[in-house]
Amino acid sequence: MKAWRGALVPVLLLALAELAFRARSGPSDSLAPPSQAIAALLGTLSDGSLLVGSAETLATLLGGLAIGSLAGLGAGLALGSSDLLRRLTFLSIEMLRPIPSVALLPLSLLIFGFGYGMEIAVIAFATFWPSLILTQSAVAQIEPRLLEVARLLRLSRWQRATKIVLPAAAPRLMTALRLAAGVALVVAVTAEIVSNPQGLGHDLMVAQETLRPARTLALLFWVGLIGWGKNAVLLRLERWLFAHRGDVDTRIAT
Amino acid sequence: MSVRRLPSSILGGLGLAALILLWHGLTASGLISKAFLPSPAATLDALVGGLRTGDLKGQLAATTLRMLNGWLFASVAAIALGSLIGISDPVRVYLRPTLAFARSLPASAVIPIAISLLGLGPGMVLGVVTFGSVWPTLLATVQGFANVEPRLQDVARVLHLSRLQYVSKIGLPNAVPDILAGMRLSLTIALILAVIGEMLSGQEGLGSAVLLAARAFRAADLYAGLILLGLVGLTSSYGLIWVERRATRWRQAALSPNPL
Repeated sequence: MKAWRGALVPVLLLALAELAFRARSGPSDSLAPPSQAIAALLGTLSDGSLLVGSAETLATLLGGLAIGSLAGLGAGLALGSSDLLRRLTFLSIEMLRPIPSVALLPLSLLIFGFGYGMEIAVIAFATFWPSLILTQSAVAQIEPRLLEVARLLRLSRWQRATKIVLPAAAPRLMTALRLAAGVALVVAVTAEIVSNPQGLGHDLMVAQETLRPARTLALLFWVGLIGWGKNAVLLRLERWLFAHRGDVDTRIAT
Repeated sequence: MSVRRLPSSILGGLGLAALILLWHGLTASGLISKAFLPSPAATLDALVGGLRTGDLKGQLAATTLRMLNGWLFASVAAIALGSLIGISDPVRVYLRPTLAFARSLPASAVIPIAISLLGLGPGMVLGVVTFGSVWPTLLATVQGFANVEPRLQDVARVLHLSRLQYVSKIGLPNAVPDILAGMRLSLTIALILAVIGEMLSGQEGLGSAVLLAARAFRAADLYAGLILLGLVGLTSSYGLIWVERRATRWRQAALSPNPL
């Protein structure tokens, strides 16, 4: 509804940028008008380079996200269901978690060399922590009566996890996945900008180094579009899956 | 039984000790090459040595300063801008999609543009740190203004408060918890961007120290840098949590005894 209102500001800004560029004379090595950026975007679309870069970035993103969030889910379930384990590990987790994942890029490069491996490892590290913490808190917030039911029915640990804990925590776990996916995209693009010679981040860096500002801006816009689209899709999926339960936390929107 | 009764701090310490012991075991047994994982003792040596000679100290100070400077600029700008946007419902409606897009843009992706505009100097790094850490605080401020209790807005109308008075007396105090939460997220991002900026521009700091240590296969120095970076992240986030508790204490006191 009234989508034009949201579109007004960006359209005005772009028009202003275009006018400002037309007004000054001479080409620039660092910026380009929106019209040229759009032309560059269409160009990279038609020669296929945009799709190749996107596929590389998305493949690494998915690989790292899968490993990181599954490991985080498992660890979070374990810590969420055992108080002793949680208290034994909290200090170690608090020490390891704040290490900026991008600082691990040089180490990862040393271990894996260039390619998918180094990037996936860093994405997995970066997404592991939010999944772990959010899973743990999702488990902690399960209605205690449900856990009493599990005890009464003498469910085994495995049955309790699959029949009670996971379904009850599912909406929050989905939110965790959405947040982790946001982290994964940032880390993937960053890894490609800083060191890994593949994907959209590398394309961005090459476009800048070869002084093609229109292409740089086009790629920047495309990366933003991927981030925004991925978030919108996951948010919609979340609402669609859990709307009937009425307990989706849509306030945390990254 | 008896282990369970130990206080959490001791249990946590035991866990960390076990982790370091495992680390020692892995390196001592040769399961993992020392080129990738130096022993805990070697890492500690590198850390203490680096701090004593002053190399690491300078890099630590440079990175921390970069992070704090960018974060402070960003926070001031974000709170001012967020108040402007948050105070008016129509402005919010017009700007929300633009902000949502800007927020989902990975901040590191603007680095190539920043390099071509500002070059590879310290200004570029500071610019990127500031740009990236604006968003969480900005959105949190807008959010905080949007969530002001409607009755308080009625009070403001009845008292004929001016816009400025509304911002300073009702809007900002109510948005404080949101703003501080946003600033905490911003600080994490500021550290990440400071590290990336240093790696790319070669400016002095822990980011470039870690990169150079890896290139020279000095694994112990690399891990020493990582530990320091973890400590910077840990102290800054706990420092802000502490500030958050103090700053919102009046609120809890005001809210808890009588919900009305």
